[in-house]
Amino acid sequence: MSTKGKVKGIISNLVIVEADGPVSQNEICFIVSGGTRLMAEVIKINGQNAFVQVFESTTGVKINEEVEFAGHMLEVTLGPGILSKNYDGLQNDLDKMDGVFLKRGDYTYPLDHDKKWHFKPLAKAGDIVEAASWLGEVDENGMPHKIMVPFVFKGKYTVKSVSDEGDYTVENTIATLVDSNGKDIKVNMIQKWPVKVAITAYKEKPRPFKLLETGVRTIDTLNPIVEGGTGFIPGPFGAGKTVLQHAISKQAEADIVIVAACGERANEVVEIFTEFPELEDARTGKKLIERTTIIANTSNMPVAAREASVYTAMTLAEYYRSMGLRALLMADSTSRWAQALREMSNRLEELPGPDAFPMDLPAVISSFYARAGYVYLNNGETGSITFIGTVSPAGGNLKEPVTESTKKVARCFYALAQGRADSKRYPAIDPIDSYSKYLEYPEFSEYVGKIISETWLDLVNEAKTILLRGKETYEQINILGDDGVPIDYHVTYWKSEVIDFIVLQQDAFDSIDQSTPIERQQYMLTSVLDICRTSFDFDSFNDVTNYFKKAINLYKQMNYSEFKSEKFNKFEQELNDLIAERRIA
Amino acid sequence: MEKTAFQKIYTKISQITKATCSLEATDVGYGELAIVNGKLAQVVKIIGGLVTLQVFGGTEGIPTNAEVTFLGKAPSIKVSEDLAGRFFNAYGDPIDGGPAVEGEERIIGGPSVNPVRRKQPSELIATGIAGIDLNNTLVSGQKIPFFADPDQPFNQVMAMVALRAKTDKIILGGMGLTNDDYLFYKNVFDNAGALDRIISFVNTTDNPPVERLLVPDMALTAAEYFAVEKNETVLVLLTDMTLYADALSIVSNRMDQIPSKDSMPGSLYSDLAKIYEKAVQFPEGGSITIIAVTTLSGGDITHAIPDNTGYITEGQLFLRRDSDVGKVIVDPFRSLSRLKQLVIGKKTREDHPQVMNSAVRLFADAANAKTKLENGFDLTDYDQRCLSFAKDYSEKLLAIDVNIDIDQMLNTGWNLFNTHFKPEEVGIKQELVDKYWPKN
Repeated sequence: MSTKGKVKGIISNLVIVEADGPVSQNEICFIVSGGTRLMAEVIKINGQNAFVQVFESTTGVKINEEVEFAGHMLEVTLGPGILSKNYDGLQNDLDKMDGVFLKRGDYTYPLDHDKKWHFKPLAKAGDIVEAASWLGEVDENGMPHKIMVPFVFKGKYTVKSVSDEGDYTVENTIATLVDSNGKDIKVNMIQKWPVKVAITAYKEKPRPFKLLETGVRTIDTLNPIVEGGTGFIPGPFGAGKTVLQHAISKQAEADIVIVAACGERANEVVEIFTEFPELEDARTGKKLIERTTIIANTSNMPVAAREASVYTAMTLAEYYRSMGLRALLMADSTSRWAQALREMSNRLEELPGPDAFPMDLPAVISSFYARAGYVYLNNGETGSITFIGTVSPAGGNLKEPVTESTKKVARCFYALAQGRADSKRYPAIDPIDSYSKYLEYPEFSEYVGKIISETWLDLVNEAKTILLRGKETYEQINILGDDGVPIDYHVTYWKSEVIDFIVLQQDAFDSIDQSTPIERQQYMLTSVLDICRTSFDFDSFNDVTNYFKKAINLYKQMNYSEFKSEKFNKFEQELNDLIAERRIA
Repeated sequence: MEKTAFQKIYTKISQITKATCSLEATDVGYGELAIVNGKLAQVVKIIGGLVTLQVFGGTEGIPTNAEVTFLGKAPSIKVSEDLAGRFFNAYGDPIDGGPAVEGEERIIGGPSVNPVRRKQPSELIATGIAGIDLNNTLVSGQKIPFFADPDQPFNQVMAMVALRAKTDKIILGGMGLTNDDYLFYKNVFDNAGALDRIISFVNTTDNPPVERLLVPDMALTAAEYFAVEKNETVLVLLTDMTLYADALSIVSNRMDQIPSKDSMPGSLYSDLAKIYEKAVQFPEGGSITIIAVTTLSGGDITHAIPDNTGYITEGQLFLRRDSDVGKVIVDPFRSLSRLKQLVIGKKTREDHPQVMNSAVRLFADAANAKTKLENGFDLTDYDQRCLSFAKDYSEKLLAIDVNIDIDQMLNTGWNLFNTHFKPEEVGIKQELVDKYWPKN
């Protein structure tokens, strides 16, 4: 018999429930208020009193109203049909809801009951299987969607039968397994999993090492992220976080993209709804929306569900990783998630940590980031979740708890600088403050050594050094005046500007410049470094400025032209002529 | 507020603070309204039988044996066409001497719009002010605040924008408005003959501060009625959101909540987002656009209120006095309309984006020249021309007293380029220069 309870107290969306039986931490319950069932999650238990956070507004809830405990934690429903869906933070299908406004207690089924999927068996009778073993696959928007042994199954099972190739709904039985006691268990395409528990049905999680191309030069070239890596983008408002996130989610070399719009503007989600069905994935020729799932819990949607939304998104990513796919998870913004934690901790009257955030915030953030990663599955295949979160630091100050906690766990740090945004140097990622720890991984340097070139990382380091030196020189010029420094200082500064304008800056709204394949990045970096290594002959600092402005303009035209096209070659020739003019042999 | 028969009356208050009182009561719903000693109050906490009420008008003079009746409903407003042309207080009661409005009763601060039922905003709102239309174009369904110091004429600019924007309804939500400013709005709307499309919900500095918390929800619930039911375009003016946030912090303080940055409640972001996110464009044509005012203290935008606002709204508008021309201008550097990309060059003439960017870039060059001048360096001929361009640009385009249509703004832009620069200095695509550069 399931546990029931009665409402004993209400403080905003925190409700105190007196339970008549056993209750577990994080268990889901429903408050039946005036005929509407409001979903809630247990977050603290004290004697017979369960403190639950309600995922909806509690207006009108009364003392002594009935509460039904569900006997499980917050779960997602996994199966084919997740891609190109628009979910809220609790995985309700937003498109299935009636009316213009979100109604309280309106929970919709995340998959499609009636749709038939073309199933092909992968396992056969007699196979020994375990959780996450592949039994068969269906075609989901052109992606091989594996039907797996449910993750909750423990131990080994023997396959008794698998359905023949054919069309089935998600609820049709597609396999029968026999457990160690000889009992038959029927499996269909659906399984459920609690979102706050990591799916660990894989063999091992090595250090990630494969470059994940994003097409964004300042990331791929200077501070690369890897398949299964973690990164975060902090930045004040107006610095271009969202444009950058959208660019990455459009261009990154991933099979599946999950966008968690967590506490941000609704119109930004509408932009994805509107644009992704139109845009093509350059690699597959399919529409971007076909590989994308959106978890929309915008800033005006219930705060408690905002916390759940990032876990929902992560669990979906883990599901696809178990199929041997490369998932990319983008969360905008993790600060809003942390604020949701803060609001609840406050209502629970917990002693606050820095800036009134809960004391365990760093632990919560770090265990969340830890769920990303590159894995070897039990069948020897690989899968990955690359996670990039944005952080919205209060007042643009990076010394705040969310940024600091995230910095401890995320391996890539892409700091958006207000100064760069103000001078329209987009993407505004600061090349000096930002870092990628993967550059230090020997596995990674071996990998890029193979796929790009042996000397690649040396070039990257050289570029970084020039940028740093350029910045220092710029400061000296500013203090001493244009005339107060040797001409060499100007040359050093302008060489770093060439890297800034040509490698770092990128036009997200230009059809060619917006995404640069790694081969082209290599070509351009090599070319730019060539000019940086060249010695020039100049008479005055004005000469230097004018000369490099011309060079930058030609380089820019190259960036805007199709790679190695006639136009591109023409500008390159002009550039070479320009360099020859002033070169000291 | 009316009372109905058989209502239970409580007369034993056990606890009173500055803003709240608590009593034992049964069958009370969370968020329900009550009347305490004639003052409106709302249930903010229930623990067992003990109900805590937030008294909007403050608890001054409330005795422990005060009469408390519960109204069985959350704060609500009656909506119908009759709202048009009327002035109300924060509770939705008329303050213009007219009769109470009849209509369908709606709980204020209702649910959010399902994001998949929204449409991407794409309709331009013309204001005639070039600092806005040219550089920071507004789009229906957008939410944008003026970030302004208290001495700047934001109320005047906002009233002007409201009257010029071709919207079906204008709803004013006044929070902590001085009586003088309230009368200013009333007069301006009256003189413009626009009263029939204006609805006002006003809390003045004469009223208790906590009452303000109802104003945005009142205004936006009325706005949703016109936008959803009548497919009308509605412009909502909220002034001043800083005073609204101050009221939030008063309440959270009285409720013993732990303050976060700048003494603001930890939920400030969600509280503000709930209001601003009511801005929406519906596929059927109705829309709600929000223009708000967030007053700053000494121009500091890192304070929690403007900071959280900036993360929520789609840009911000800054006003500044340009001492070179002696006029208030819309600052082209610090102002931003995030949605302008959706309309400029698409709903406006093709040369709009380039003219806008070039003019701002040249204005920035002028600012650099000015710095040079102040530091005692010599100016080049180009610097000199930038400075004289900047003066003209400020006077003829950026000043808030400009009132011309967008084509005229663009033509003015080209004329200024022609007066001060050569085409190659302006850096606009050759095709556009050929087409629009004035032929002398």
